[in-house]
Amino acid sequence: MTSPNSQIDNLLNREYPAGFVTDIDADSVPPGLSEDVIRLISARKQEPQFMLDWRLSAYRHWQTMPVPQWSSVHYPPIDYDAISYYSSPKSRKPGPSSLDEVDPKLLETYAKLGIPLAEQEMLSGVAVDAVFDSVSVATTFRDKLAEYGIIFCSFSEAVRDHPDLVRQYLGSVVPPGDNFYASLNSAVFSDGSFVFVPKGVRCPMELSTYFRINAANTGQFERTLIIADAGSYVSYLEGCTAPMRDENQLHAAVVELVALEDAQIKYSTVQNWYPGDEEGRGGIYNFVTKRGACRGVNARISWTQVETGSAITWKYPSVILEGDGSVGEFYSVALTNNLQQADTGTKMIHIGKNTRSTIISKGISARRGQNAYRGLVKVLKGAEGARNYTQCDSLLIGDRCGAHTFPYIEVKNPTARVEHEASTSRIGEDQLFYCRSRGLSAEDAVTMIVNGFCKQVLNELPMEFAVEAQKLLGINLEGAVG
Amino acid sequence: MNAMLTIEDLRVAVEDKPILKGIDLTINAGEVHAIMGPNGSGKSTFAQVLAGRDQYAVTHGRIDYDGQDLLALPPEERARAGIFLAFQYPVEIPGVSNVYLLKTAVNALRKHRGEPELDAMDFLTLVQQRMALVQIDEDLLYRSVNAGFSGGEKKRNEILQMLMLEPRLAILDETDSGLDIDALQIVASGVNSLRNKDRAFLVVTHYQRLLNYIKPDYVHVLAGGRLVKSGGPELAQELEQRGYGWLQEQAGAAP
Repeated sequence: MTSPNSQIDNLLNREYPAGFVTDIDADSVPPGLSEDVIRLISARKQEPQFMLDWRLSAYRHWQTMPVPQWSSVHYPPIDYDAISYYSSPKSRKPGPSSLDEVDPKLLETYAKLGIPLAEQEMLSGVAVDAVFDSVSVATTFRDKLAEYGIIFCSFSEAVRDHPDLVRQYLGSVVPPGDNFYASLNSAVFSDGSFVFVPKGVRCPMELSTYFRINAANTGQFERTLIIADAGSYVSYLEGCTAPMRDENQLHAAVVELVALEDAQIKYSTVQNWYPGDEEGRGGIYNFVTKRGACRGVNARISWTQVETGSAITWKYPSVILEGDGSVGEFYSVALTNNLQQADTGTKMIHIGKNTRSTIISKGISARRGQNAYRGLVKVLKGAEGARNYTQCDSLLIGDRCGAHTFPYIEVKNPTARVEHEASTSRIGEDQLFYCRSRGLSAEDAVTMIVNGFCKQVLNELPMEFAVEAQKLLGINLEGAVG
Repeated sequence: MNAMLTIEDLRVAVEDKPILKGIDLTINAGEVHAIMGPNGSGKSTFAQVLAGRDQYAVTHGRIDYDGQDLLALPPEERARAGIFLAFQYPVEIPGVSNVYLLKTAVNALRKHRGEPELDAMDFLTLVQQRMALVQIDEDLLYRSVNAGFSGGEKKRNEILQMLMLEPRLAILDETDSGLDIDALQIVASGVNSLRNKDRAFLVVTHYQRLLNYIKPDYVHVLAGGRLVKSGGPELAQELEQRGYGWLQEQAGAAP
């Protein structure tokens, strides 16, 4: 007889289908961080002076900052001088104007990942910006979007082509001195996406960025900025993968969202960075700062994330609710398997009157995975009638994993209403046996139970991606649930 | 005639503690067998071992089902081979709709038989027809599996699953417990609607009253991990009057 836990273990044996390496000549700067390296990155990207000055001031600030110790994740100290801060596929010309100029190996890489960039097979209704290591290699549907006045391009291009917008908004939500990793990112950020949706425009398609880390010993420091002008709407999705490598790699991104009055931004993440092997070797350190500001009346920002990859995930997509009647939402599924650790959650800062926020967090821990929800709901003095609802559910698979919840609530206005609910459950042998006795395989049963658990969050994803996310949860639990 | 199910000297332990101590039983197609017995006699263990629950260690014996070594099959393959267990305590699965589980289960079995999957329309027509038999409200289909169901709804839902999956051998584990007399009749009529010459039932119950509605061909008494007495329907009547004590003494089994 196999014990229930060894059966669950077998089911959790995962494969990581995105773990291949693309053999491509890369132009990488030597490992190490200094002002010269930052000057070099800025020069490679042909940036204006203001951008270089901004980077250097962030770098000087970063050098004075201690490494944060407050989260529940554990990892050996990172040697920031062993990382290369810039890597770009060599054959690429600066800013290819059409896909014909993109290295076929890159197109192949994305095709293999299920992200076709070639015009004839593009994902219909989804515009894609493909970021490979430190640079954006292609952005699709740009012309069509331009007809609506929507700017969707790589961050590097935005710095060159729309410097005024970048200057106005960059760092306005996540200041360069915000936290250790955000400062590091501000100093060395490479590429990411830039979106501007003009007044009253409803973006006609999903925008998405696909991040791929390929080069070894390289950090990825993406920077994304999305601005939704008054009365506009945009839905944006990011996906992430990396090859399987024995060393840990650092991914320290910053995402800033700005929604003006009556604007709505829906930001979804399906994160599947390489999680490391069963013994915890390798995998991405995913240390990310994501924050949105509802700057106008009735603005709305919603974060949806499905975090299945990375050795360590450390991120708290947050919303600052400045405008009266503005709405912030956070829907999260975080899955940790093997030795993965996740410390994730959100901050909802209620400043305006009648602001509302909703937090739905679903943590799944399998094998020796550790999952923490850490959240802050803060209602400031002037936030009359603010409301928050928080629900944190944890699902445990097996008996060596852990789930932790750290909700912080600070309320300074007596009219506010803040609700918090939490639950922890275990995928029982009972549930599994019940499904199997109805003819479902153990794998299908686990996937079904996990998807049921995550349903409230998966429902928030754009439909095409909800299907992907469901499959991903299934793959990442393969051999895990018995 | 070849028996559908032949159990020989089945012994089962949980954490090294023997629960079943040597069971022999033969069930032919078309028959209804009742297993009765006092609490703690191993009735539920027996039912779950047949369905493939692996918390129970089979330490000895064999089970032949239609010429296959049943004990070698995982639970899902037993289900696909036509074995169904109506649970004594149906399990809740939050977020998974009842109809989704039903449809997945039906299609898993159809796939196994090489039949095309039922499309949504055909499936819905079928399920509505079967729901009428067990008098279940349609909204139950769209609620999470067993979550917040009343005791009676859970048991009727088990019977609905049975009607949808049309098993060859249906095992009912104390399906009557916690049911009022109306619900009991509904459940029994659901079971009776499936009775035919190709199908067999193993009805596990503590009380005789379910057997007023589902007439068994054979009644067996399980006490102390053994089948201590077998007989016809009249045995159930006798047990109702005399209790189980005399049989336990007679068999010399520990109470």
